[in-house]
Amino acid sequence: MTTSLTTESLTLGYGTRPVVTDLTLTLPTGRITTIVGANACGKSTLLRGMARLLPADSGRVLLDGADIHAMPTKQVARRLGLLPQSPIAPEGITVAELVAQGRHPHRRAFARWTPGEDAIVADALEATGVLDLADRVVDELSGGQRQRVWIALALAQQTEVLLLDEPTTYLDVCHQVEVLDLLTDLNRSRGTTIAMVLHDLNLAARYADHMVAVHHGTIHACGRAEEVLTEETVKVVFGLDARVVEDPTSGRPMILPLGRHHVRHD
Amino acid sequence: MIETAAPPTAGAAVTRRPRWWTAVALAAALGAVALSIAFGSRVVSLPEVWQAIVVGGDDITAAAVRSRVPRTLLALLVGASLAMAGVMLQGVTRNPLADPYILGINSGASLTVVIGIAFVGIHSMQGYIWFALTGAALAAAFVYTVGSLGRGGPTPLKLALAGAITTAALTSLTTAILLPRMEVMNVYRFWVVGGVGRAENHDTLTVMPFIAVGVALCALTASGLNLLGLGDDAAAGLGVPVVRTRLLAATGGVLLCGAATALAGPIGFVGLVVPHLVRLVVGSDHRWLLPVSALTGAALLTLADTVGRVVARPQEIEVGIITALLGAPVFIWVVLTRTGVRA
Repeated sequence: MTTSLTTESLTLGYGTRPVVTDLTLTLPTGRITTIVGANACGKSTLLRGMARLLPADSGRVLLDGADIHAMPTKQVARRLGLLPQSPIAPEGITVAELVAQGRHPHRRAFARWTPGEDAIVADALEATGVLDLADRVVDELSGGQRQRVWIALALAQQTEVLLLDEPTTYLDVCHQVEVLDLLTDLNRSRGTTIAMVLHDLNLAARYADHMVAVHHGTIHACGRAEEVLTEETVKVVFGLDARVVEDPTSGRPMILPLGRHHVRHD
Repeated sequence: MIETAAPPTAGAAVTRRPRWWTAVALAAALGAVALSIAFGSRVVSLPEVWQAIVVGGDDITAAAVRSRVPRTLLALLVGASLAMAGVMLQGVTRNPLADPYILGINSGASLTVVIGIAFVGIHSMQGYIWFALTGAALAAAFVYTVGSLGRGGPTPLKLALAGAITTAALTSLTTAILLPRMEVMNVYRFWVVGGVGRAENHDTLTVMPFIAVGVALCALTASGLNLLGLGDDAAAGLGVPVVRTRLLAATGGVLLCGAATALAGPIGFVGLVVPHLVRLVVGSDHRWLLPVSALTGAALLTLADTVGRVVARPQEIEVGIITALLGAPVFIWVVLTRTGVRA
């Protein structure tokens, strides 16, 4: 597991308005990086840029040292996987059919489907706990099941780097933890380098080996969760007064927002 | 891991038999060919049909039966082309309502053909095909652009509305050109109803290369379209060149429906109905959806043409009218049941 993904003075955006400016970031190989920031701070745009979905206005995205936009897209897809924020399951597609699409970058045009690929798909279904649902229609699954099916697709793609844009959005807390546990399993068992945008700061801090706080299109802080999730960062990045305490279950930092109500004054 | 126990939302397991359904569709197409040759506005007994086709003969009955062969070939070709065009347009736009007729592509082809007849003096298939294809491509590009404006990009409903508006505008232009020109009207009115009755093998051959290129583009983009179905971002993440795939697939769809329209006039609903029916049984894999739809479209149009020849003997009802009568209820069913439309 050696694939590395870095950005070099990356500037990108939509139209003429840059959303990310001059941003340099290295994803630690074989680790989990969580990216946090306020709405519209550029964190999803950064992820899209790293996944070559948006062209760089200036700067570069490097996959193993090579400019990602200069590489054939199928070649990139063998090393870099992406789970977008709202992927679409075509009507009537079954779980196994959907997950099998993950093999696309490894297949030649008009090639026959091989038993080896069946085994890879079955392995991905097994690892995400959806093997029982293989012949079910994806539309009919619950949100948590659907998200695990999409992760299975990314697994079948067999990439060393996996980018996820808010993989826990629309899930209840139980399924959020389940998805993040699953991703941690993958990281530990396969050494997959994972970077994901997360909304929940406490979960982001808990599941991060490396944490990045994005503010106005640049990195405000990055490093270990203890270094990033501070009262100062929360104040600057989110404009929120908060207390940061130690999470008694994980020892990671945990924020307690201070709103205008319900705060004890001792 | 509460989720692993199947919750009440998960439906029954799905098993598909695409090979079996291919055989069924092929059998249907062959059956339609047999019916199309055996039945027509002239009542001919089966031994006479056999005599005319296999043994030969030069009486009027034999000639009438043999004249059913080119129109049957044309109906097969047009039906297959329209059904594949429907699959391609639905795949490209991720839109369950996409169909050459609904997206205004047929009305674009009609307008340019009328312009060709009225102002350029074309009167042969070599002329029709270029005018039809130009009009089809322009209308497709226009509707897609207008349907993509505003928030959310090209949603199914916006595309259908843009298509309806475009159809209304282009149709009134067509009418404006036609009304003062009786001689153009006479050429046009047979073409526009959508018929295969005046089939000439010569015309069919003229258009064949365009259909062949369209089919090749279908084959080339089928697996790419499967991935575009997951959304542009997911498709790009899986290594699909999104813009190129969409452009090639759209070109294939427009070639197929432009060629079919040049041959038989605008025929509605085959491109809408057939892919939906086929998707119910073979699923959403374009590598099966395209061939099975082609066979089913060929069978459906050939049957519709045969019905049109039989129901009002000795008159014929043009196949475009039969498919519209058949297709309208299905269109309403699709609008009511497909969740994609509400999104």
